[in-house]
Amino acid sequence: MRTSTSGRVGQYAALLAYLVFLAFPFLWLVSTAFKSPRELGSLHPTWIPRDPTLDNFRQAFDEQPLLRAAGNSLLAALAAAVIAVLIATPLAYVMARHRTRLAKAATGWVVVSQAFPLVLVIIPLFLVLKNLRLINSLTGLVMVYVVWALPFALWMLVGYVRAVPTELEEAAAVDGAGRLRTLVSVTAPLLAPGIVATALFAFITAWNEFFFALVLLKTADKQTLPVVLTHFIGAEGVADLGPLAAAAFLATLPSLVIFAIIQRRITGGMLTGAVKS
Amino acid sequence: MTLVTATERPARGAPRAEGDRSPSGHGAWFLVLPALIPILVLSVGPLLYGILLAFTDAQSGRTRATQWIGGLNFQDLLHDTLFWESFRIGLGWAVGVTVPQFLLALGLALLLDQDLKLRWLARALAILPWAMPEVVVGVMWRLVYNPDAGVLNETLRTLGLGDGRDWLSGLSTALPAVIVVGVWAGMPQTTVTLLAGLQNTPRELHEAAAMDGAGAWRRFRTVTWPALRPVALAITALNFIWNFNSFALVYVLTSGGPGGRTRLPMLFAYEEAFRYGQFGYAAAMGLVMVAVVSLLLALFLVGRLKDRTGGEAA
Repeated sequence: MRTSTSGRVGQYAALLAYLVFLAFPFLWLVSTAFKSPRELGSLHPTWIPRDPTLDNFRQAFDEQPLLRAAGNSLLAALAAAVIAVLIATPLAYVMARHRTRLAKAATGWVVVSQAFPLVLVIIPLFLVLKNLRLINSLTGLVMVYVVWALPFALWMLVGYVRAVPTELEEAAAVDGAGRLRTLVSVTAPLLAPGIVATALFAFITAWNEFFFALVLLKTADKQTLPVVLTHFIGAEGVADLGPLAAAAFLATLPSLVIFAIIQRRITGGMLTGAVKS
Repeated sequence: MTLVTATERPARGAPRAEGDRSPSGHGAWFLVLPALIPILVLSVGPLLYGILLAFTDAQSGRTRATQWIGGLNFQDLLHDTLFWESFRIGLGWAVGVTVPQFLLALGLALLLDQDLKLRWLARALAILPWAMPEVVVGVMWRLVYNPDAGVLNETLRTLGLGDGRDWLSGLSTALPAVIVVGVWAGMPQTTVTLLAGLQNTPRELHEAAAMDGAGAWRRFRTVTWPALRPVALAITALNFIWNFNSFALVYVLTSGGPGGRTRLPMLFAYEEAFRYGQFGYAAAMGLVMVAVVSLLLALFLVGRLKDRTGGEAA
């Protein structure tokens, strides 16, 4: 389509404004993480640290059990992602292929579960987990994360299943393959990239999660990264900016890397899940 | 987004209907069970339990048995001015975040749909806030808003616009300041969804309209918007729910301060439940939140749909 030169200039100006708005807070975080305490205390902070230092990172690891917290986060997110995908994939398959009452009820649950405020979910869960002695335990947290990741996982997977042509399965059936055989040797390989993308997405959501972890994990040795990060902020809201920025920067890296990998797949999943079907 | 999926008809009706009649009954059960049990035990069950709790005097660490007290919690809530103040702030926040979020995301999605250079960079950056833990987003913006070491005040000083202020502790600036963060954090989902919707609009119609000499605005009104509308409605409704129920961002930015000016209903209910141990009362708050939000959304969606049928009739 033809667009006038002035129109193009306007478009680039708008795009630039968006880029600045989206990027500047993150760049400032990185910049703060490498500044010395003296520089952070002085007025007129600069974008490029005057004498870059790694002291903040060292201090961050000294002040809070970051490695331990990262380990807890990794364990919880990994377990939640694997379990969520293992149990969601078969259900998503049924939801995509059969319009049974059960499939409809599951779709309804996916929608309704989005509307409920977490506080109404966490109070009963807290009581249930307390009775099971699973408060302040990563097992309890993983159980909550699995169910919490399910709606989005189901929704993504349903999109991926629909993208697999039914003709292939029918052909396998004609060739005499049983239902299970068809699923395992025809459908599953075609679904694999979608399943991996969904698992990575579930991993990020669990890695980033804060509210459930805040409520369910009581002691520092069990807490996940987002909760430990808030410990850098004192009761009065005063924070040691340097170590806080350094720790926040480190906590983001895994999600950023994974997101860079699956970026395309997620937008693709959105397309099939939300619009085409 | 899910709303769209739910209301859609199957694209290929015939093979699917056939699948229904195929002897798959027990096979389907065995596929469904692994997910169904956790959903029932850890989602549906607790939700119902939570609704029941709202009608009891459940408290943490109490030895006396929990009693059924009917609507007493709701009666108390009715007179709880602090809660309604928090509710009002929550609605202001949800609208204040959702509307700019939609407009900005629509603008960005329209740009990303064009054939511009640097589009790849913009696409990557557009998803950046999505990839970050909400706690980190909060921490990051605290650094931006910091009165001394923050980039916002420093920019204002450089531009000669005064000394700036303590944005997050000012009674009048705290809520607008956190709303900006909310908009920033929620843009990716909205942009990606709208972009997906845009790429689904018929190109040929666009080109035909351009041939006929329709300007950019006319083309948007007559070709793009009608196709985008269902997606836009669904994502706006979802954004409103998500924003109204949001917690971590504001918890990290202000913890609800100063003087309760940013105390969203979720923060209020969290404190009620896990600081003061009033489980029953907090559950009642949660229930009121769902009820009011559902009502507002129903009104919004019904209004929009009516608009549409009216528009088609005209």
